[in-house]
Amino acid sequence: MVTTLVTRAVAGDELRARRAGAVTGRNVTAFRAGGAYWWLVISGMAEPLLYLFAIGWGVGALVGDMPLPDGRTVSYLTFLAPALLAAAAMNGAVAESTMNFFAKMKFAKLYDSVLNTPVTPVEIAFGELGWAMMRGSMYSGAFLVLMAVMGVTTPALALVAFPAALLVGFAFGAIGLALATVMRTWQDFDYMGVVQFALFLFSGTFVPVSSYPVAMQVIVQLTPLYHGVELVRGITLDMLSWSLAWNVLYLVVVTLAGLAFAARRMRKLLRK
Amino acid sequence: MAGGGTPADLDAAVTAAAPQGVRAVHPAMAVLEYFLVGYKRVWRGTVFSSFALPVLFFLGMGVAVGAYVDRGGNLDMPYLQFIAPGLLAFTGLQIAMMESGFPVLGNFKWHKIYFGMASAPLRVGDMLLGQLGYISLRVLVAATGFLLVMVPFGAIGSAWAVLTPLVAVLVGLAVATPMFAYSATVQSPNLMAIMFRFGMLPMMLFSGVFFPVEQLPGALQPVAHALPLWHGVELSRAAALDVNAAWPVAVHAGYLALWCVVGFALARIRFIKRLAV
Amino acid sequence: MTDGAPLISARGLIKRFGDFTAVDGIDVDVHAGEAFGFLGPNGAGKSSTMRMIGCVSPPSGGELRVLGMDPQRQGPDIRARLGVCPQEDNLDQELTARENLVTYARYFGIGRKVARQRADELLEFVQLSERAGSKVEPLSGGMKRRLTIARALVNEPDIVMLDEPTTGLDPQARHLVWERLFRLKQRGTTLVLTTHYMDEAEQLCDRLVIMDGGAVAAEGSPRELIERYSTREVVELRFGTDALEPYASKLDGIGARVEVLPDRILLYADDGDTAVPAVYERNLTPSGVLVRRASLEDVFLHLTGRTLVEA
Repeated sequence: MVTTLVTRAVAGDELRARRAGAVTGRNVTAFRAGGAYWWLVISGMAEPLLYLFAIGWGVGALVGDMPLPDGRTVSYLTFLAPALLAAAAMNGAVAESTMNFFAKMKFAKLYDSVLNTPVTPVEIAFGELGWAMMRGSMYSGAFLVLMAVMGVTTPALALVAFPAALLVGFAFGAIGLALATVMRTWQDFDYMGVVQFALFLFSGTFVPVSSYPVAMQVIVQLTPLYHGVELVRGITLDMLSWSLAWNVLYLVVVTLAGLAFAARRMRKLLRK
Repeated sequence: MAGGGTPADLDAAVTAAAPQGVRAVHPAMAVLEYFLVGYKRVWRGTVFSSFALPVLFFLGMGVAVGAYVDRGGNLDMPYLQFIAPGLLAFTGLQIAMMESGFPVLGNFKWHKIYFGMASAPLRVGDMLLGQLGYISLRVLVAATGFLLVMVPFGAIGSAWAVLTPLVAVLVGLAVATPMFAYSATVQSPNLMAIMFRFGMLPMMLFSGVFFPVEQLPGALQPVAHALPLWHGVELSRAAALDVNAAWPVAVHAGYLALWCVVGFALARIRFIKRLAV
Repeated sequence: MTDGAPLISARGLIKRFGDFTAVDGIDVDVHAGEAFGFLGPNGAGKSSTMRMIGCVSPPSGGELRVLGMDPQRQGPDIRARLGVCPQEDNLDQELTARENLVTYARYFGIGRKVARQRADELLEFVQLSERAGSKVEPLSGGMKRRLTIARALVNEPDIVMLDEPTTGLDPQARHLVWERLFRLKQRGTTLVLTTHYMDEAEQLCDRLVIMDGGAVAAEGSPRELIERYSTREVVELRFGTDALEPYASKLDGIGARVEVLPDRILLYADDGDTAVPAVYERNLTPSGVLVRRASLEDVFLHLTGRTLVEA
């Protein structure tokens, strides 16, 4: 009952886990059928690895060691790896929740038939998000295992970092769904891609935020990936402090706001 | 991303090419014109993305990471100068692959544009040349824009830099032609995304744009040498900074030209095959 | 057949899109076990009405009860008991025929085991068992339609709603669909369908409304409507490419009514075989003569003053 009231307040519509789960299940079925989509999802794991080797190791050889806020110095690869994990969580979630979601809504008209069932628009949104999370957790999990194997982090810290990476994915999945409901054409995704890429480059990912000009530092600290990078880096490099709670809070708020917006927009778009 | 107008645009363009049976314009020009008509509708978004991505890379890697690289002194030039010509060559790769990926698949699978062209008096060679001309223009504009951004950052060390946009075009054609062949073969958009992931991304990361190829393990170096982007990066860096390329300039350029020729031949075969359905 | 409260009941039902009124205050009752049809040209408001009944489109005005519930507040509960076959086959292209059915059943909260079992039964019912493992794309138009119909049955619905079930199908595929729908009817399933095919309405519907411009123009069984708005038979007269008005004026009094269409003249008569000689007696020599039973097309023509085809 309480959950019903909460979801009504956030989403403005009925939300049952079982029906949202059926929407997630549809994607799992499509994934398990194999073929190109399976390869696409599985090969997504390779992307952060390629960046890790090219930038962390290749450019890292030119950079040398990086100082951490707590006074330690670490290899550039160690500095970069947690940020790439957060960025991978973002990219995985955004890919599924924007492009694929938009294509299903506008072109495949997939939801038209789903809406003839008891499933509500909000449940579709949550179901899609559920799948984006499954996909994101595959990437995060694999990357964390690699980080532990390479000695960038310890297995214990990797375990703690896993839910943190999922939270980053949740936040970006929710933002992505919200964006997909206001997109008009594929052209809009060009703009979104650029913004996403800017976040990837300038969220303290490749260099510490402290090395940016002050005005830029302020702006960066307002954006979501910054908080994701701070959180994941803080955990995996053993810099646990209360400031991480702020990062968590920020990401939770963004997730709820994104979902509430997406659900309301979807009802408007789909129940004409 | 859609790259193209409506079938009516095409008819108009083809008719303009051959009024009353007199061939006033080469048919490939009609195809080019058709793509430019479509481009008029989408140029804002594409300018933003095709120009913004390399510029963001330039700022994020060249300027921000560059400060840390230069502190180490492991390169014999400022990192900004090292990365800028490479990114310029990459601009050609990126636009060319994007434009010869989804749009080509779409023109076969959804919009059926090529089938419309094939039923007009156009040969496959004309269709390819026209669209390649369009892609070349796109690369040229973006690369020139990027070059102008680099100048105030002091990333350019030679007047020969004016040639770098042409290098970007050459790189673009070297990847666009085989990509045409690939896009004309596959059926699933997911396979397109996989090509970007395993074709474009590794090429971008390991072709000497961000760090010298000599740093790669010995076994991987020949792979980087075999792919087109490294040659473009070498040519571009040689022109922008007036330094020696790894190999003679003619070898780099000739190798890229070879990719263009073989790619074009493959694309032609795949187009003819797919149009014959 | 019509005992108990109606399953669907609409009073003054309205749907507006901006300034455009798609459905303009219609009254409809559908009872259990009936096959009920909405007949009319494209744009008559049939699909909008169907979407409101299907609880995917909120009404702009009037009253609507479906299965005794309010679509605005109890949408999910109503949809749980409806089976919808939309105008376009919006099947899931990434899944196989069987996966389409199983996945769809899951949206109704049906357990996986039951879902699989039902999918197999339904594939059998629509004669697609051999194509169970096939993706959607290679299926023919008729197969896709049958699969969509099977999908609409996966929750064992109280009402099956079909929006133009045979539009775009070739004659053979159409007959196969009709035959399957007839089987459903025999089982006592309530069918609500839209169509712009007269023969389809006559074949399948116990009762129907003719819609035009968002309003109900007439209501009744196919037979009743024909009797009320037409004669028993119709004579179609063709005169090559001549202008038809001069001929029409000479036909007065032969039948009950004369209708001039762009390509032919319709002569409404209770007995066509006595009407035809009467035409020749007036020194008219048509290039073509056809005597046929009156159909819903004639009813529609009478009510709206134009043929369905050009509407």
